[in-house]
Amino acid sequence: MRDPMPYIMLAATLVLIIAMVLMLTRLIGGPSLYDRLLAVNSFGTKTVLFLCVFCFIIDRPDGIDIALLYALMNFIATIAVLKFFNYRALTVDLRDVADQEDGS
Amino acid sequence: MMTVLLMAAEPVATTASSGGISGADVIGFLRDLITVISLAGGLFFVLAGTIGVIRLPDFYTRLHAAGMTDTLGAELILFALIVQSDSWQVIAKLLLVAFFLFVTSPTATHAVAHAAYRAGEKPKLGPWRAPSIEDEG
Repeated sequence: MRDPMPYIMLAATLVLIIAMVLMLTRLIGGPSLYDRLLAVNSFGTKTVLFLCVFCFIIDRPDGIDIALLYALMNFIATIAVLKFFNYRALTVDLRDVADQEDGS
Repeated sequence: MMTVLLMAAEPVATTASSGGISGADVIGFLRDLITVISLAGGLFFVLAGTIGVIRLPDFYTRLHAAGMTDTLGAELILFALIVQSDSWQVIAKLLLVAFFLFVTSPTATHAVAHAAYRAGEKPKLGPWRAPSIEDEG
């Protein structure tokens, strides 16, 4: 009797790939910048999950480190792109920004 | 926690003398069952969030669907992998990934929503009118 667990994991990776492709359609056809940014963020989360499950399929758990690094880079890239499109620069003196914002 | 209990019960499980089902077989079957249930739930939530991102009419509703379901689906899938794993190092790494996703995914969702609101992204309003930026005193 063979172990059925790798086949279940393989089906899970196929479902995750389908979800990633659907998220890519929103990334291509999103009306605004923020739709595309949301699609990129969600795609990154699905990529982290895909890497974890795939490392269990090939029975080499070292790749979970790669998944952790990718999660970190995804979050930092999202914040950096948001800041760049808010202020048109990546180096911002936040005291000037606080002077410009009236409340909120 | 479940994995700790299961792994602590493994040395106690002795093979049955009368050719029946051993305790290790029962433990393995329970682990596989929990893994399959958690994986199915997590994949359901991930697919539901993706379909919501495609089909909902408005940016903020799409953001809500993506943020909520991605967080819960990711946690369920990582819990399934934690139950399935054997060594303590892998469990520690997966717990780290799960904690990090649990912290950063709502943070990124909130940041995107706040940036879109400040940039004047209009929601599609229903019969109840949402407060706009000009109404803020």
